Amino acid sequence: MALEDLPHNFLTGSIEELVKWARKSSVWPATFGLACCAIEMMSAGAADYDLARFGMEVFRNSPRQADLMIVAGRVSQKMAPVLRQVYDQMMEPKWVISMGVCASSGGMFNNYAIVQGVDQIIPVDVYAPGCPPSPETLIHAILTLHQKIQTGEITKRRHEGTPIELEETPSSPWVPEMPTAIRLGTPR
Amino acid sequence: MGSRDANGNSIGDSSVSDLALGELNDVSHAGGIGVDQVLFPTREAYHGLVLRLKESGFEMCADLCAVDFLTHPGRALPDGIRPERFEVVVNLLSLSQKRRVRVRVQVPESDASIASLFDVYPGSEAMEREAYDLIGIRFSNHPDLTRILMPEEWEGHPLRKDYGSGRVPVQFKETPGPR
Amino acid sequence: MTTIDDQEVPMRVIERPAWSAKETSEGPQELLERSGTPEEEILREAGGVLRLPDGHVLDAGQIDVERSDDETMIINMGPQHPSTHGVLRLMLELDGETVLRTKSVIGYLHTGMEKTGEELTYVQGATNVTRMDYLSPLHNEAVFSLATEALLGVEIPDRATWIRTLMLELNRVSSHLMWMATNGMDLGSTSMMIFGFREREMVMSFFEKTTGLRMNNNYIRPGGVAADLPDGWEDDIDILCETILERTFEYDQLLTGQPIFRERTEGVGGLLAEEALALSVTGPLLRSTGVPWDLRRTMPYLAYDQLDFDVLVGTYGDNFDRYAIRLGEIRESIRMIRQILEKMPTGDYRVQDPKVTPPPRGRATCTLPCW
Repeated sequence: MALEDLPHNFLTGSIEELVKWARKSSVWPATFGLACCAIEMMSAGAADYDLARFGMEVFRNSPRQADLMIVAGRVSQKMAPVLRQVYDQMMEPKWVISMGVCASSGGMFNNYAIVQGVDQIIPVDVYAPGCPPSPETLIHAILTLHQKIQTGEITKRRHEGTPIELEETPSSPWVPEMPTAIRLGTPR
Repeated sequence: MGSRDANGNSIGDSSVSDLALGELNDVSHAGGIGVDQVLFPTREAYHGLVLRLKESGFEMCADLCAVDFLTHPGRALPDGIRPERFEVVVNLLSLSQKRRVRVRVQVPESDASIASLFDVYPGSEAMEREAYDLIGIRFSNHPDLTRILMPEEWEGHPLRKDYGSGRVPVQFKETPGPR
Repeated sequence: MTTIDDQEVPMRVIERPAWSAKETSEGPQELLERSGTPEEEILREAGGVLRLPDGHVLDAGQIDVERSDDETMIINMGPQHPSTHGVLRLMLELDGETVLRTKSVIGYLHTGMEKTGEELTYVQGATNVTRMDYLSPLHNEAVFSLATEALLGVEIPDRATWIRTLMLELNRVSSHLMWMATNGMDLGSTSMMIFGFREREMVMSFFEKTTGLRMNNNYIRPGGVAADLPDGWEDDIDILCETILERTFEYDQLLTGQPIFRERTEGVGGLLAEEALALSVTGPLLRSTGVPWDLRRTMPYLAYDQLDFDVLVGTYGDNFDRYAIRLGEIRESIRMIRQILEKMPTGDYRVQDPKVTPPPRGRATCTLPCW
């Protein structure tokens, strides 16, 4: 049952909370480790920075069984269609964490071979900066995602969801938007 | 014009038939950093020279790469070698004698093709494909000369100096000019 | 249109949505069925041409060209796969579990580092190079720095050389531990994965203390190293050596004598010495075939000529030999680190060459115009 199809009233309110809690407690990541960030992702899953305490130690090899795609590493032009195909094979609800600066924006490789940010190909929910982000940063990103799932902000946003059209030439000077992680505060 | 070593001494005519082993053992001059000797054959003599080097104990081809000298201010070459835009550089390693030798061949831009070393060193197959993919030098008698790093339908050869780096302008950093 | 209960009903044809990814096709790289592939290409895919020693010609009658297409299965072990550890596409023809032919496609991680590196300065070059082999970033930086120093004619102080050697050996330990962890996990032993990463965390925390980053540390730069070793590094290294050394014996208990591991690795993936040389293979793979080639011994660089270590050589060139060599090399590296601990000289950690190192802070304020 999709959460979005439920009529939103006081009876179904607690069911929604339960479903959201269940979804956030067992997010299963799909292996999409490409380069150096993949090593830090594996470290996050290993002993010292344990991902199993969040229910996430099973890295599903098949995208059909996974909820979360952590794009860890630089996406080259050759890899971009594969990335899109794997994302399409995942089933709703699905989330994407863009790990590292190469996945978020092309990173230090501003050249012909690297896609300048995977959000050119797939919609991203949380960006984790760093080169590579240490496992603590990745866990912070994962907890941010959990909080977004728990508050329902993600499903609300998707439901309203027409993509924002960017103007071609912004007339006013560009002001950076505050990233979501800071707005929500440190997750407990 | 025959092949020459780094001192400008001729090491034989284009058939390489009189390449004496003693000339290969002369390590009194270092023509390059990290190698004991640098040789400059012509394109015709290249394959034969590498074959002779392999027979005289250079078991491994450590690297094969291509260089684009379009924006280079000027490089030192022995007399008799005409500089061209591209160079194919082969580094050979002899494990038994603990020596390295470098072979540099000039490849003109108008006819960017050279013999393949696949029958001498099978490991050069992937290296030559990379040189073809990124610089655009065709290797004759190569079993499978296709793009290896870029997608199949990519156009252009990215590592050439006249191919832009493909930078997109980002906040806080405008695209730099060439250095 | 179709007929249901004698009524014409329009058939709905479900189109694939236009926004989904197009099929990735490799063009001439495809692995086709045997009936559609010329014979010399079958020989190449079966490894016939590349993998035989000099003088041996593969008899075309030996390769089963007549094998029918129905007995075998062509599958694609695509770029996203847990065992490829990174992105490698393998197109395989399988008979059960035996691989008959293969074609590999690479380029999924082509980053254009060489092109980016053309626009960087000497000091920035190490940041680019360090990400080439991300399991051993300090090794890449050392190569770049040594090459730059050789070309510029820069001499670096002794302490810098010894610090570099220390970091390189620590990185070798962490890289081999990573290999053992992922190798064990591929063969089913998840505990090996946890053990390997647990040891690696000790090395990573030392790197973080010294260089500032766990991985891709931009530490070894032309002119020396970026910063001196922190106070108390001798104790850290001591603890590290002791712990990792005794844990390698735990790995022995877990893997080396274990029958399942041995059966899965012995005799698998064998490589002959002539094949390895023809294919330009170096490192533990070459040593596993029996060729005792270790650059640290034969053409020493940095401070390796003053260290005492053994070069480990295998016999059969199979997976088990490579595992044993890497486990042994962890122990040899620990041995070398202990020697470096005793022999570390005092001195400056970098040379003040105006081409490659920025001036120290005191001088900078008086040589720059003061505003």
